[in-house]
Amino acid sequence: MSNEWPLWEVFIRSQHGLAHKHVGSIHAPDGEMAINNARDVYTRRNEGVGIWVVRAADIVSSSPGDKVPLFEPANNKVYRHPTFFPMPEEVKNL
Amino acid sequence: MSDKANYVRRLGDNALILSQRLSEWCGKGPALEEDMALTNVALDLIGQARMWLTYAGELEGKGRTEDQLAYLRDAHQFNNLLLVEQPNGNYADTLVRQFFFDVWHYFMLEALCSSSDARIAEIAQKSIKEVTYHVRRSADLVVRLGDGTDMSHKMMQQSIDRLWMYTGEMFAADALDAAMSDQGIAPNLSGLQEKWLQHVEEALAEATLQSPAAGAWMQSGGKQGRHSEHLGYLLAEMQFLQRAYPGASW
Repeated sequence: MSNEWPLWEVFIRSQHGLAHKHVGSIHAPDGEMAINNARDVYTRRNEGVGIWVVRAADIVSSSPGDKVPLFEPANNKVYRHPTFFPMPEEVKNL
Repeated sequence: MSDKANYVRRLGDNALILSQRLSEWCGKGPALEEDMALTNVALDLIGQARMWLTYAGELEGKGRTEDQLAYLRDAHQFNNLLLVEQPNGNYADTLVRQFFFDVWHYFMLEALCSSSDARIAEIAQKSIKEVTYHVRRSADLVVRLGDGTDMSHKMMQQSIDRLWMYTGEMFAADALDAAMSDQGIAPNLSGLQEKWLQHVEEALAEATLQSPAAGAWMQSGGKQGRHSEHLGYLLAEMQFLQRAYPGASW
């Protein structure tokens, strides 16, 4: 059965959330049923107000091996981090 | 007043018995997602049954709680439709039973939303949100499986032919239905039947399935407490705990 039902990744926008968050995956033959299945598996307790389903095969992911070239440059360049600016008193919690 | 209590109890019994049937699928569904969906529907229905039975107990005025109504009545004291007590059978049987019931349930609740009884209207408004999804899901699956493989088509047709005789009872008005309709508490069942038939026939046509012939023989009796042999077994399991340990709670 699972060879006929592709894997879908499920993203839910929560009640008070601005962005859809990845919550897990399900199997379904097509998008319409994927939405239904996602609703039944992942929104049983009013978790969401919106659902996205995406075929897992359509997602392109960075690979763990890319970690250094992709993310390392940010760590050793202090001038990329806005930590040298005195903040005015009036601006709180920025 | 006792008329209204009996009528509300019927509504509760339908939801309670179908919920119990669907619960039997827990862990046995044909796919994880289906398993969750069926038990979700079961939980929706048990919630609705609780509201109806609580209200029925209040209307009755004998101090019976939802639990007493659910667990301490015998088969002949239940007034659910015969359709909902039918065994789960295979997945097609369960699905067709669900579809027939969901469509009836939706139109029933839609009418009850404007009941002259405020509490009935309130429960119906809460329930119809859930049932709107139930009917969308079961109709979708009927079309997929009816218009699916040769095997799924054949199984769906067999289930339709097997369960059709239990659909007439949903629209066969008895004295209680008539009284409730006269008082504006409940809908006129013949109007409901037209909507149901139209919706069901459209879905079956889309599913390439045959609707049984109009005027087919229909079985009835559930609303009057005359049930198939299946209900007794269902209750024996459902009520075991309260029967063996009266008043047990946790």
